Amino acid sequence: MSDTPLQADRDKAFAFLKAQARWRWPEIALWAFAFASILLMPSRALLINEIAILALFALSLDLILGYAGIVSLGHGAFFGVGAYTAGLLAKAGAGAAPLSDPTLGLLAAGATAAMIGYATSFLVLRGNDLTKLMVTLGIALIFQELANKFSDITGGADGLQGVTPAKVLGLFDFDIYGKTAAFYSVTVLFLLFCAARVIVHSPFGISLRAIKGNALRARAIGVPVDARLRAIYTLAAAYAGVAGALLAQTTAQVSLDVLEFHRSADTLLIVVLGGVGTLYGAVVGAAAFKMMYDFISSYTQQYWQFWLGLILVVLVLFVRGGIMGLIARLTGQEERA
Amino acid sequence: MLTNLFDGVALGMLLFVLAVGLSVTLGLMNFINLAHGAFAMAGGYVAVVLMRHYGVPFFLCLPIAFLTTAIAGAILERTLYVRLYDKSHLEQVMFTIGLTFMAMATADYFMGASPQIVDAPPSLAGNVSIGDLEFSRYKIFVIVFCAVLAFGLQTALTKTRFGSRLRAAVDDQRVAQGLGIDVTKIFAMTFALGSGLAGLAGALGSPIISLDPIFPLKYMIYFMIVVSVGGVTTITGPFLASLLLGVADVAGKYYVPTVGGFIIYTLMVAVLIFRPQGLFGRPVKR
Repeated sequence: MSDTPLQADRDKAFAFLKAQARWRWPEIALWAFAFASILLMPSRALLINEIAILALFALSLDLILGYAGIVSLGHGAFFGVGAYTAGLLAKAGAGAAPLSDPTLGLLAAGATAAMIGYATSFLVLRGNDLTKLMVTLGIALIFQELANKFSDITGGADGLQGVTPAKVLGLFDFDIYGKTAAFYSVTVLFLLFCAARVIVHSPFGISLRAIKGNALRARAIGVPVDARLRAIYTLAAAYAGVAGALLAQTTAQVSLDVLEFHRSADTLLIVVLGGVGTLYGAVVGAAAFKMMYDFISSYTQQYWQFWLGLILVVLVLFVRGGIMGLIARLTGQEERA
Repeated sequence: MLTNLFDGVALGMLLFVLAVGLSVTLGLMNFINLAHGAFAMAGGYVAVVLMRHYGVPFFLCLPIAFLTTAIAGAILERTLYVRLYDKSHLEQVMFTIGLTFMAMATADYFMGASPQIVDAPPSLAGNVSIGDLEFSRYKIFVIVFCAVLAFGLQTALTKTRFGSRLRAAVDDQRVAQGLGIDVTKIFAMTFALGSGLAGLAGALGSPIISLDPIFPLKYMIYFMIVVSVGGVTTITGPFLASLLLGVADVAGKYYVPTVGGFIIYTLMVAVLIFRPQGLFGRPVKR
C-alpha cells in the first residue's frame, strides 16, 4: 500500500542506526585493556584512576562540544559541584554506610550537577559563541567565588578534609595503592560510556548532530532545537558531576582546585587532542594527556605549561581531528560525520 | 567615596586601552583572541626590563612598549593568526589559549613568578590633595593620558579615511571588500595597533596593577567582560563598559570585600542574558 515505501525507509534508517551502534573489535580490546591494565600494572593504579576520571570529564565535555557544538569554558563548574557534593556527603556520613556510600555519592553528585546544569542551560543557550563562552566562564567563576567564600562549608583554600567514603557496594574498601579506586573509576567510566554510546547513536543523538550541523535547518525539519540542547547540556553536567564525585571519593579530599580555570582548559585540550565528537577521543585523549604530562613534568615541572600551550597550537594548526582522526586516516576509514 | 570613584575611573580607563584592540579585532574578523592579555603582559615586561636594567626613563618606555608589542602583534598575525580566521571558534579558542599558556611560561622562565613592582616616575610620585581628599598623581596622569588616547582613537575612527574604511569593514566585510577596501590589510593594521595599545597599557599600568606571569589569565576575564558588555560595533561601548567595570570592581572590593569578584561576574552574566549583543552594542547580522 501507500505506506510500504515509508516502511522500507524506516527499516533502512533503523538498519543504519544499528550498524552505527555495532560494537567493533578495537573497542572491545580497548576496554579489556583498560581493566586488565589495573591487574598488570598495580603500581600504576593511581595513575589509571586519574586517567579514568579525566576521561569521564572529557567525555561529558565531548557530549556538548562534539555532538551539540556548544563551546564551553566553564564546564569545570559541574565537576566542582559534583566533587563537593560527594565530598560533603562522605564527610557527613563519617565513613559509615548510608550517607558515605560511594554509589549514593555518585548519584547525588550527578543529580545536583544535573539540576544546576538544567538551570544554567537557559542562560547558556542564548546568544552566539562568544556570549556562550563568556556565560559559561562567568558561571564557573561564580561557583569558584562561592566555594571560596563559603569556606565554613567547603573548607575554603585549605580544602575539604575528612572525606571518608564507605566500602564500594559495601564490599570493597578503598586501599592506599588505589587498586579499588582504579577498578571503581574504570567501571563507572565504562558504564557511563556505554550509556553515552547508546545516546549518541539513538535518534536523539542524530538530531543533536543535525543541530550542530545547522540549527536553522534542523528546526525547519521539526527538531525541537532548544529542548534538545537543554537535555544534552543537563546530561553532560550530570556526567561531569559524577567525574568530580569520583575524584573526591578516590582521593578522599576536595580542594578549590576542582573549580580552577585550568581544569576546563585541560579538558578542552583532551577532547581536541583525542578527537572531537568521537567519544573514544575523550578516553584516548585523557590517557595521552596524562602520560604526556607525566613525561614532560619529569623533565621540567615548572614549565609544563609552555609545552601544553605548544601542543595546543600545533594541534590546531596541523593535526585535524586529533588522535581519533589520525587513526581513522591511517586505517583508511572515512570519517563518519 | 570620591577616592574610590577616582580609583575606579583610573582602572576603567586602563582597562579600556587594554581591551579596545580586542574589541575591534573581534568585531572585524569575528575572531576570538584569548591571547590578547599576553600582549599587555609583554608590554609591561618590556617596560620593566628597560627601566630596571637599562635605565631608560619611564616616558620613553611607553612608546617603546607600544612599538615592540605592535611589531610582535603584526608578525604573529601574519604568520599564525591569519591561518585561523576561517576556522571554528573552538579552534580559535584552543589556539589562543595555547599561545597564552606559552606566553605565561615564557614570562615565568625569564622574569620569575613573583610580581614585578614598578615605582611611578619621580615627577608623578605622591599625592595631590584637594580639600581633604588625596589623589595619586600617577592615577591622574593615567586618567588624562587614557582619556586623550580614547578621544584620539574616536576621532581617528570617525574622521580619517582609515577609520571610515575600518568602520565599513566592521559593518559588512563582504560589501566593504566589494567596494575595493583591502580588508585583510586593514585587519593586519588594526591587529598590530590593538596589540600595541595593549602593550602600552601594560606598561602604563605596571605601577598600579601587579604584573606577574598569570597576568594574561587574570585579566582575560576583564577584557572579555569589556568586550561582551560593551559590544563590538563601536569604541564608545567598550569605553563605557570599561569605566563601569573599573568602578564596580573597585567599589565591590572596597565595600563588600567578602563577595569579591562575585558582583562583576554576576553582573556580566545578567547583562549577557538580557542583552546578548552587549549593553551598548547593536545586534550584528552575519
